[in-house]
Amino acid sequence: MSKQVKQLDRVIIRFAGDSGDGMQLTGDRFTQESAVFGNDLVTLPNFPAEIRAPQGTLPGVSSFQVHFADHDILTAGDAPDVLVAMNPAALKANLGDLPKGAAIIVDTHDFTGRNLTKAGYDANPLDGLGDAGSPLGEFSVHPVDLTGMTVEAVKEFGLSRKDAARAKNMFALGLLSWMYGRPIESTISFLQKRFAKVADIRDANITAFKAGWNFGETTETFVVQYEIKPAPMSAGTYRNITGNLALSYGLVAAGVQSGLPVFLGSYPITPASDILHELSKHKAFGVTTLQAEDEIAGVGAAIGASFAGSLGVTTTSGPGIALKSEAIGLAVMTELPLLVIDVQRGGPSTGLPTKTEQADLLQAMFGRNGEAPVPIVAPQSPGDCFDAAIEAARIAITYRTPVMLLSDGYLANGSEPWRIPEIDDLPVIDPKFATERNQTVTAKDGSDVEEYWPYLRDEETLARPWAIPGTPGLEHRIGGLEKGDGHGNISYDPANHDLMVRTRQAKVDRIAESLPPLVVDDPSGEAKVLVIGWGSTYGPIGAGCRRVRKAGYQVAQVHLRHLNPFPKDLGEILKRYDKVLCPEMNLGQLSLLLRGKYLVDAIGYNQVNGMPIKAASLAEAIGGLVAEAEGITVDLTSSPIAEEASK
Amino acid sequence: MTTTSTSSTENLPFPGLRSGVELVPTNDQPQTSKEYTSDQEVRWCPGCGDYAVLKAVQGFLPELGLRRENIVFVSGIGCSSRFPYYLDTYGMHSIHGRAPSIATGIATAREDLSVWVVTGDGDALSIGGNHLIHALRRNVNMTILLFNNRIYGLTKGQYSPTSEAGKITKSTPMGSLDHPFNPVSLALGAEGSFVARTIDSDRKHLTSVLSAAAAHRGTSIVEIYQNCPIFNDGAFDAIKNNDTKADAIIPLVHGEPIRFGVGGGKGLVRDSETGGVKIVEVGAEPGQVGEDQVLVHDAHNPDPTMAFAISRLTDSGYLNQSPIGIFRQVERPTYDDGARAQIASSREAAPGTPSERLANLIGGGDTWTVV
Ligand SMILES: Cc1ncc(C[n+]2csc(CCOP(=O)(O)OP(=O)(O)O)c2C)c(N)n1
Ligand code: SF4
Ligand SMILES: [Mg+2]
Repeated sequence: MSKQVKQLDRVIIRFAGDSGDGMQLTGDRFTQESAVFGNDLVTLPNFPAEIRAPQGTLPGVSSFQVHFADHDILTAGDAPDVLVAMNPAALKANLGDLPKGAAIIVDTHDFTGRNLTKAGYDANPLDGLGDAGSPLGEFSVHPVDLTGMTVEAVKEFGLSRKDAARAKNMFALGLLSWMYGRPIESTISFLQKRFAKVADIRDANITAFKAGWNFGETTETFVVQYEIKPAPMSAGTYRNITGNLALSYGLVAAGVQSGLPVFLGSYPITPASDILHELSKHKAFGVTTLQAEDEIAGVGAAIGASFAGSLGVTTTSGPGIALKSEAIGLAVMTELPLLVIDVQRGGPSTGLPTKTEQADLLQAMFGRNGEAPVPIVAPQSPGDCFDAAIEAARIAITYRTPVMLLSDGYLANGSEPWRIPEIDDLPVIDPKFATERNQTVTAKDGSDVEEYWPYLRDEETLARPWAIPGTPGLEHRIGGLEKGDGHGNISYDPANHDLMVRTRQAKVDRIAESLPPLVVDDPSGEAKVLVIGWGSTYGPIGAGCRRVRKAGYQVAQVHLRHLNPFPKDLGEILKRYDKVLCPEMNLGQLSLLLRGKYLVDAIGYNQVNGMPIKAASLAEAIGGLVAEAEGITVDLTSSPIAEEASK
Repeated sequence: MTTTSTSSTENLPFPGLRSGVELVPTNDQPQTSKEYTSDQEVRWCPGCGDYAVLKAVQGFLPELGLRRENIVFVSGIGCSSRFPYYLDTYGMHSIHGRAPSIATGIATAREDLSVWVVTGDGDALSIGGNHLIHALRRNVNMTILLFNNRIYGLTKGQYSPTSEAGKITKSTPMGSLDHPFNPVSLALGAEGSFVARTIDSDRKHLTSVLSAAAAHRGTSIVEIYQNCPIFNDGAFDAIKNNDTKADAIIPLVHGEPIRFGVGGGKGLVRDSETGGVKIVEVGAEPGQVGEDQVLVHDAHNPDPTMAFAISRLTDSGYLNQSPIGIFRQVERPTYDDGARAQIASSREAAPGTPSERLANLIGGGDTWTVV
């Protein structure tokens, strides 16, 4: 049977099922296939905090959205074009996000009385499809007994019915892989490795996967196959990578590039634990990982390791930062290199462990007693977590200071194609350990003696020397009590304290001298509205700006990687624009800092629903501001917009 | 780096065990306590027990024969925690209760350092209780000196987790309601592999216990009874006073019968009723127990039950009686040795330069090339 092939420039698919249905794996495999195929892509996993929320219920639904395209895209997409729903709850939970005309592939197997009730359906929504009153009338629905066909396909392996049915996610993946012309070899070899030890499960999964593919190919249920050409990308070797993996690799790279052993002290917490898991595999790089008894011990051990000459790192999420605050203050006072990684999640308190948020910026900035400035770096995309980790290490080591790296749940678990960098292109970080005494003093008998002063400063960076135990002649004591300028002995002198407080601040401010100028994306150079953001909102903000431009209006975008200190040219850039819009997944934390520092009327666009900002609604807000700034009417729908059209 | 020697192992009170300092570079030059004294003015109250411990440590460190730059003292917060400032070694005066975690990082990162923790009863057992028990459980190679004055000194005299119940202090005008910890029992319960107790004023005993603690591979904890003349004066008078101490101190010496009292008239025997130990009169008279019945102290017993039973003879109220010495010293794998061994074996199994391996790592997974 010959099938029709239709060209598309981009598709958003959402796989949804019960949290035990393997939707994350399914989405991940589809993503890998798409990456290998050469599409640009962005993913958005979304899962409940419970490992096994009650089966078949709305809270138990887990989903994975993947947006892939033949051009450069920035977000996981606002609304799915295709929903794969493995049970009634998955259908119900996701229906509200679908635009008119979206395709729904639904596994009919679980649409039985009990499961329908569990999901809160009074009647089976699949009944009377095509009738005028059907609740799914606006969509193109493909009811398929995925489970039944899977069980049938794998029956030769003699699995229990339950085990056989578990391969249904691979059947669905096979079907979708056929529909979108995905290469299937990588999934087959993945399944071979993953289930290498259980031959029947391995074979059942591979068989189900192939059966799904063949089902699409040979039956008449699906008549159209879609083609999404590879996206043009700059030359290089690519892989698909999540933020947590890129961040872990960045930490390993920081160790190699500085020649320092990496020491991670950490306590498990979602969504940061995967960094601990990943780093624990890289002992061959001299990486030590300590799963501590709590967050305080994690950072304490990292500080100890830094004192001993390692690159101390601690990874956590917001609640853990709260516990670590006092120790971070100690690292500020002792001026030791330390990386503090906060993979932000919804707060306050335990909040929304598996959802994303950017509400720890002010905690990172001010969450300590006393004047305790800490540099802050934030990655803007999953792949960028690699570079951001190295940059944070550069600052920590060069300036002898704790550095906060603010990732978030969306970056941590989301993925994108990442161009693998050449090692030669990575920065080299010189720890410049102190080896010599650095100060001549006059002894009581009038003779000159050489001493080691731990708080003498480098003129350029204001960094203090880092002398590690084992270095003869440089024995010294540091601690949390105020240090005398230069010699570093305890000092309660009022003038000295004032000087030291200002000096620690000046040292952090000095980092701005080492930062490159900001890149303002203002294609026409005539925009009156500037959109400024930080962290993972980079994608949605970029996509929102593209929509506005595509509709024929001007808007500029700038994105901050360094939040403390701000880059030197930021003030001047902000002044160039009539209106400044600051979209954030919090109630206005960056805008508060911008207002405080630059007296600029930064206008907030704030969303704290645990999900990334949607480009379409943000574009409306930008459009509104453009209208105000330019005194024109802005109608983003008036011109044909292709979402995410290239710049 | 200088070479390491096993000389300190040979000097161990218990020959044959792995030394706590066997990987730390040694110094063949004679050292003096003056070299270990920093130029900072010592600022404890006159008569504070901390002075005696400082002097003992300054006197004992040269005997360790290590290089000064390879010794690190880490402390928390409290009067006693000022200790590192007065020693001319590497040191960190950290934050309240967290010294064991910081020391864990140091000891794990560097096999060539002799790591010491100085802490108080409040620092170690209140705010830092969690870190203390986990350090003991992991058996990280470090020596913890727990200065127990049974009071919060630095914050001016509140009761501490080792104060006797009913203690009247600024924060407990009607008497404290808390039952105290027995630090030795706690350490034994936390899987401590070296647990000892000594007294600030007995320099000889203090020094001998410290030597054994330093030589022990793993976490050694030494509870030091320390007098605070300002806020808890006389807390240890019964065990210090020449008239009473013979009956108050139950001396523990490995391999020797546990006898005390004037002329060794008292001894410890097993108590078949409680399963613990009890104090008896030793002798041939009626009502006395024969010498052969007296428990012989075995600090190396892999089973901590007896050590724990002995630790229960410590008064929880005013201290009229307390076992002193090394309760337990057993060999058990240490966390830091294990962590380094995993790294070493992984390194051996991975060929290539770090840069080559980094390129392989980040270039792994499913990749595709765009030309
Ligand atoms: C986080 C924190 N909480 C409270 C304090 C106040 N504080 C300092 S020392 C101390 C108690 C110290 O008692 P102990 O450990 O017994 O030491 P000592 O002074 O008796 O030697 C307290 C409560 C502090 N420094 N930090
Ligand atoms: S208050 Fe007590 S413990 Fe503190 S220095 Fe004075 S005497 Fe020593
Ligand atoms: Mg005390």
